[in-house]
Amino acid sequence: MDKILRVNMTDLTTKVEETPAEWAGLGGRALTSTIVAKEVPPACHALGPNNKLVFAPGLLSGTAASNSGRLSAGAKSPLTGGIKESNVGGTAAQMFARLGIKALIVEGMPQGEGWYALKVGKDGVTIEEERGLLGLGNFAVIEALQSLLGKKTGVIAIGPAGEMRLTAANISVKDPSGKIRSHGRGGLGAVMGSKRIKFIAIDDEGTPGIQLADPEGFKAASRIFTKALMDHPVSGQGLPTYGTNVLVNILHEAGGLPTRNFTHGQFDGHEQICGETMHDTIVARGGKPRHGCHAGCVIQCSQVYHDQEGQYLTSGFEYETIWGLGANCLITELDDIARADNLMDDLGLDSIETAVAFGVAMEAGLLPWGDGKEVVRILREEIGKGTALGRVIGSGAGAVGRTYGVTRVPVVKNQAIPAYDPRSVKGIGITYCTSPMGADHTAGYTIATNILNVGGQVDPLKKEGQVELSRNLQIATAAIDSTGMCIFIAFPALDIPECLPALIGMINARFGANLTGDDVTGLGKSVLKLERAFNLAAGLTSADDRLPEFFHSDPITPHQAVWDFTNEEIDAFWDF
Amino acid sequence: MAPITVTIKLFAHFRTGRFKEADHQFPPGVACRDVILGLGFRLGEMGIVMVNGHHATLDHSLNERDTLALFPLVGGG
Ligand code: SF4
Repeated sequence: MDKILRVNMTDLTTKVEETPAEWAGLGGRALTSTIVAKEVPPACHALGPNNKLVFAPGLLSGTAASNSGRLSAGAKSPLTGGIKESNVGGTAAQMFARLGIKALIVEGMPQGEGWYALKVGKDGVTIEEERGLLGLGNFAVIEALQSLLGKKTGVIAIGPAGEMRLTAANISVKDPSGKIRSHGRGGLGAVMGSKRIKFIAIDDEGTPGIQLADPEGFKAASRIFTKALMDHPVSGQGLPTYGTNVLVNILHEAGGLPTRNFTHGQFDGHEQICGETMHDTIVARGGKPRHGCHAGCVIQCSQVYHDQEGQYLTSGFEYETIWGLGANCLITELDDIARADNLMDDLGLDSIETAVAFGVAMEAGLLPWGDGKEVVRILREEIGKGTALGRVIGSGAGAVGRTYGVTRVPVVKNQAIPAYDPRSVKGIGITYCTSPMGADHTAGYTIATNILNVGGQVDPLKKEGQVELSRNLQIATAAIDSTGMCIFIAFPALDIPECLPALIGMINARFGANLTGDDVTGLGKSVLKLERAFNLAAGLTSADDRLPEFFHSDPITPHQAVWDFTNEEIDAFWDF
Repeated sequence: MAPITVTIKLFAHFRTGRFKEADHQFPPGVACRDVILGLGFRLGEMGIVMVNGHHATLDHSLNERDTLALFPLVGGG
């Protein structure tokens, strides 16, 4: 039976607990959100002793199931004031699962100024005082731990941004090549910093591995599932070749590429930063156009991007980051964006929140539009060194807007709106408004159906069908986020009929369960409702399920689209 | 009737061995389908077809100075 590890940072004690029966069928987001909702007082301060930071691998993590190595982290978010779940690839989820760890719960807060590290292994978890690695960036932390504990050691860490408890701080997880993937959104790095934990090292030596209830059934379902992933043109060819950045040109064409801090829907410099250009640049410089964020990913949307000299510049270079500093800040030099991406990884900053914060800062006149060199300087010299300006930008778009009196601040629940304009892609606007996570495209990725013709077609510029589309996708996503699966399995799942039954078949064969499609939908619904109930108890209301005023008043080119949903139409999302 | 000029934009691997953007002439009212087939594509390869930034069907007929954008089935997130 998998166990729960509990770490109390107030009295520096640890415990290994049996998994309560009601948590046995949960994993990933369903488990972190259930634990946060049950154990965290909703009104607590997110950076105080009563918040808890919970890590949980997905239901299928650690098995041979393709793309199942995602780790969920949950807590009350210091950015949104609501519940947060953020999931990530890397090696940690599979190590946790093989160690039989259902969840790691970190609670309390140390009294003094000391810092700590957690060591997780087959005998449980220990707390050690940490001095040497304080103040260092994530890459240096990973390097030091690899030479100290061995190449295979798992690492979950915060950079200087998390140590400073900035609300754009993320939690970094080591990937198979010793680089970084991130629990990006919602300031979870600040929560880890408030617990004064610099890193968690994981050693999975001497574990028996995962016992499947029905190994043959698992193998059969897994084969069908992997085939569906390989057969679908998006997961089988599109994502591996161009990565997520192929979206720059698509959103530009559709007029949904937020440009110059959300004032236009198209960017003149789109060809300089697009996925096609990036692919050719990567190949010409000897980088890797495809790369997986965890072992067992068959899609491999990630890549390794080199500089002109052929030296490593960054990896996991995503559309949202490239959009955020590119179109949104008018930077056309892909190398500058790559340098900034690498710095954000090293400092431990969410690249969406930080990029949108820079857009607001440019609108405030703090730096010129399009100045990539200045962005790199501010990251290194201001945020990295913790100056007042650096801390304001590192606290996110909302903080920059409030500090400098800017009215065009693209946030929902104080979390930055990512790379799809809700005026011209209306379904995603419903997701931004209603997701308990704040503005988050992954929570209900209507772009699939609004723009990419996956799972049908719903006209992005009309209101009809958007609430229902977002609702169905948010329910499905909440369930998928609980399995440990990467969200990109949704592309084949929406189009290939055998895909979802095979996924459920693997869960059943893993646990000896008898789940049906309805059970999985039921799980998604209950997770969303639980998260919403936490938010309401924390003091959020339906007035927080709204887009900022400027989306109503300022039409966006080229379609002159505005956000025209009524409050009642948005609130109908919750009728389920 | 005089032919119409349509700007065609190709994306992702559709560009390989073809072009990024080019103006082509067609008879007035030509359907997207005929333009696509004329460029040597199979209809099954089409992911997204947009005319002037709006999703269009294969039957959609084109007018003078329209922009036709063709994407293979790709995606991201
Ligand atoms: S498809 Fe991309 S995000 Fe998903 S598991 Fe693979 S590399 Fe990670």
